[in-house]
Amino acid sequence: MLYREAGDFSTTYPQDSQTFPIKFDRYRYYAVLAIAFGIIPFVINDYWANAVFVPFLIYAIAAIGLNILTGYCGQVSLGTGAFMAVGAYSCYKLMTAFPEVSMLIHIPLSGLITAGVVTLFGLPSLRIKGFYLAVATLAAQFFLVWLFNKVGWFYNYSASGQISAPERDVFGIIVTGPNTEAWAKYLICLLFVTACALAARNLTRGMTGRSWMAIRDMDIAAEIIGVNPLKAKLTAFAVSGFFVGIAGALFFSVYLGAAEVGESFGIDKSFLVLFMIIIGGLGSIFGSFAGAAFMVLLPVFLKNVFVGGLGWPTDLAAHLQFIVSGGLIVMFLILEPHGLAQLWRIAKEKLRLWPFPH
Amino acid sequence: MPDQLLFAMEVTLNGLMAGVLYALVALGFVLIYKASGIFNYAQGVMALFSAMTLVGIMDGQIPFAHLINAMFGTDLHHFGWHVPALAAILLTVVVMVVFAWLVQVVIFRHLVNQEPILLFMATIGLAYFLEGFGDLMWGAEIKKLDVGLPQGINDWIDLTTFETFGYGFFIDNLDISATIVAVILVAGLIVFSQYTKQGRALRAVADDHQAALSVGISLNYIWVLVWSVAGFVALIAGIMWGAKSGVQFSLSLIALKALPVLMLGGFTSIPGAIVGGLIIGVGEKLFEFLIGPMVGGATENWFAYVLALLFLVFRPQGLFGEKIIERV
Amino acid sequence: MKLTTLTIAAVMAAGPVMADLVFPSLSYRTGPYAANGIPFADGYEDYFTLLNERDGGIGGVPIRVIECETGYNTEKGVECYESTKGEGALVYQPLSTGITYQLIPKATADGIPVHSMGYGRTSAKNGQVFSNIFNYPANYWDGASHAVTHILNENSGDISGKKIALVYHNSAYGKEPIRTLQELSGKHGFELMEVAVDHPGQEQKSQWLQIRQQRPDYVLMWGWGVMNQVAIQEAANIRFPMDKFIGIWWSGSENDVLPAGDGASGYKALTFHNLGKDYPVYADLQKYVVDAGKSAGAGDQLGTALYNRGMYAAMLAAEAAKTAQEISGNSDISPAEMRAGMEALEITQAKMEAIGLPNFGPTFSVSCDNHGGDGYGAVAQWDAGAGQWSLITDYYQSDQSIITPLVEEDSAAFAAENAITPGCS
Repeated sequence: MLYREAGDFSTTYPQDSQTFPIKFDRYRYYAVLAIAFGIIPFVINDYWANAVFVPFLIYAIAAIGLNILTGYCGQVSLGTGAFMAVGAYSCYKLMTAFPEVSMLIHIPLSGLITAGVVTLFGLPSLRIKGFYLAVATLAAQFFLVWLFNKVGWFYNYSASGQISAPERDVFGIIVTGPNTEAWAKYLICLLFVTACALAARNLTRGMTGRSWMAIRDMDIAAEIIGVNPLKAKLTAFAVSGFFVGIAGALFFSVYLGAAEVGESFGIDKSFLVLFMIIIGGLGSIFGSFAGAAFMVLLPVFLKNVFVGGLGWPTDLAAHLQFIVSGGLIVMFLILEPHGLAQLWRIAKEKLRLWPFPH
Repeated sequence: MPDQLLFAMEVTLNGLMAGVLYALVALGFVLIYKASGIFNYAQGVMALFSAMTLVGIMDGQIPFAHLINAMFGTDLHHFGWHVPALAAILLTVVVMVVFAWLVQVVIFRHLVNQEPILLFMATIGLAYFLEGFGDLMWGAEIKKLDVGLPQGINDWIDLTTFETFGYGFFIDNLDISATIVAVILVAGLIVFSQYTKQGRALRAVADDHQAALSVGISLNYIWVLVWSVAGFVALIAGIMWGAKSGVQFSLSLIALKALPVLMLGGFTSIPGAIVGGLIIGVGEKLFEFLIGPMVGGATENWFAYVLALLFLVFRPQGLFGEKIIERV
Repeated sequence: MKLTTLTIAAVMAAGPVMADLVFPSLSYRTGPYAANGIPFADGYEDYFTLLNERDGGIGGVPIRVIECETGYNTEKGVECYESTKGEGALVYQPLSTGITYQLIPKATADGIPVHSMGYGRTSAKNGQVFSNIFNYPANYWDGASHAVTHILNENSGDISGKKIALVYHNSAYGKEPIRTLQELSGKHGFELMEVAVDHPGQEQKSQWLQIRQQRPDYVLMWGWGVMNQVAIQEAANIRFPMDKFIGIWWSGSENDVLPAGDGASGYKALTFHNLGKDYPVYADLQKYVVDAGKSAGAGDQLGTALYNRGMYAAMLAAEAAKTAQEISGNSDISPAEMRAGMEALEITQAKMEAIGLPNFGPTFSVSCDNHGGDGYGAVAQWDAGAGQWSLITDYYQSDQSIITPLVEEDSAAFAAENAITPGCS
């Protein structure tokens, strides 16, 4: 009843091939955009921006990137952390080398550089598959972290070995550095998230996306029906790298402001993003958002309940937090192996029939 | 002999020893992967948890003391007894068997026939859970683990090599005992899987689940069995590594040392884990010794992975892995 | 999300109406470094509890410690900072290099002081550039110089031709002393050998084989976490003379030496505060905190090196707050007044005596030009038989002629990068 496809007639080709062909989806999408752009920036404060929204948005981009590689193309990667570091360090080098250029150019450029690096590390995927590939991407993880730590050029030979984001603006609005307003941080991330999500959605609906999915489902069969595995796999690595690079650049410049490669872009990050797409749902853009929201909000929520609400000692709360998040992840996998996105699909099915279940 | 050559020989020998320690961790992965297709990321945390349990039992720590104290305002810490190492090890094995059974009943029975990546994620969830649970149960401080293994330089080797070459080699006694334990362990595993009923059933399951089911082998039983054995292997690895650094959170990170070994040796082969461990151990130590000083050192972490990657490019299933046969 | 809002609202509502002095404690009682985080956090909190119970706070205003668990994780640290700064936090002790670097620009923009005691960015010593960051009483570069001076003293002032190895955690933290040591090796003519250990440092066979083969006369260590325990164990294994093995203060806690047992006896570590519990303040702690059942954590850390360090940090914060109250004439001080108090802080023997911690740390004074104290430190040695650390030297000053130019250079670079005009307000 509430959610229905009936009565929604497409009379032109553009109408039929628009991003959200179903009316309800479209309106929901407009509503989300309206709230995200029109309301939240006016009410957001430092805490909500830094603890919830900015990390959520940035992780959503990274999750979309990894979802393209893992969810759509079936190539498991455990190198996301290091690939984000590539984005972060290229962004840092660009910001310090060309201070007058807008961040709106630096960030996509960092994405492009990352895409190149990730494609390079994607080359073994043509030969190695499954878990062997996953573990092989760990080579990228450890090597890149070591490289950024060792070669002084990457951090401009600073004595501390850390990179810190200088103040840069977009059309006169400061978006990096300590004096950034909460809403400016939020909006720049939102801008990139919207662009990335739209691009990803349309890529996955088209020829490229279909060839990725063919490779995922059975690469030999895909090759036989004429999908070029070299092209499909490497484009997936490149596109994924582009998104992950953007996420890394934003993560460093807008969210953290200062970073050290081993600590901020370690292997934990790779696992975290992988968790997001599994919990959210493999092969779903919505799932990437849901997973990111879940993994960002869960610890904050649990902490507030245990420490703020129940007044427990922080260490007990932190241990319990581990237990609860681990338990929840396992529970989720058991109850709904296809992630939050599948729950959403089921909800839509129910809504279609509601209030007449038969 | 020139000094450099002697040094290189010493490094190689130590690399072999380190390789044995890596292989000990890798063995646990192989066992579970072979029998159930689960890539068990929690193996490292299992090593930590079993070592914590061992120390806790040996020292007579009260489990969950901190939690109980916080809830009831009591001041409990120790039972006040000390359990001898061997008895404590046996008790820990019992704990690991119970753990294996719980893991099987609560988690993996519900995930049969899911995609490998989901199983993998479930083990990461399990790892998180166990990390928090272990800390809550036994406390987060660093504990000294002493089951009576000798540690420190082996004087006999030092003296003999000094008399022969004019330079005494350093070999750690702990590494020697680890090697002996590893040999016994692998021999035991081979005997177990070749000559016992359970072992044969285990191999049957590893070959083909459905065929094994059809001849009346209980998959559940085998999986509990294999998780228990993996728990036992984790305990051995935990003892060896814990003796070096004390029992502490970072012990769980040894899993990362075992992954390149697995890649190289193949996920499904026990000899592969051993040979892979030795190759990685020697490879990373020699690289650090020869090339490390030129590029600034600390290369071991990534070099192990790159080495494994190079091998994989030529043999995508690892050195000893089963040939991957793909059909459309 | 709704529930979160509710919870936060509940916390806000439950917040106090009375004036109080808020000291957030960004602790790490979980994660890979928990063993080090627990005693520090306990010491920090217990000292404030003592002040509350015994003196009714500082200058009559009660103290509120908000503990927030970071797990040594930068992002959680940021979350902790954002969630506590609104409560009127007076000073932050970030307790991790990563979080410190995060907070340097953020806290400066928010006008809240940060005290990174013996860690963080060394050049923050230059208060003209880093207006809100304090790192008294000593920093890593001081530490490097302390170690070399100690070696000089042991060799009656001549170490030319000697070989000193630095075993370091391959991260920003571990690389800190390299520059200073290079300068010092130029000055004193010793040979420096750098040995990097990658995180986490569980396997250090190649590094210690290298040391065994090259036979340095001394080994310095900048280690953290599991790396410390393994390094000390390996040093004992290769029979390196432990009294020639000197660690930085973060490699000098009971946690680091206990796993190696008797082999660790004689190991030395630098420190900038005294060790053990032989101080009058411990009687008060026992009476007002422990016996009253108000101790933080499990209450079993009293007297450990890191507990003392946490207590020392709390003591310095409390003294700075007192100074701030005197300057502003206002007992319920604001973060800005706290900053002024920290900048005017002076620690004298008489003050430490009055608190019940006679000769507990070096005497020093802070000024706008110098946020880092005078660079005094001492060397402690571990006695495995007695199971305790003891100071084996007096507090002595680092080689300022080497360190001052380095601080100038690095802070100038930071000022240029961030468009800060150095100066005192």
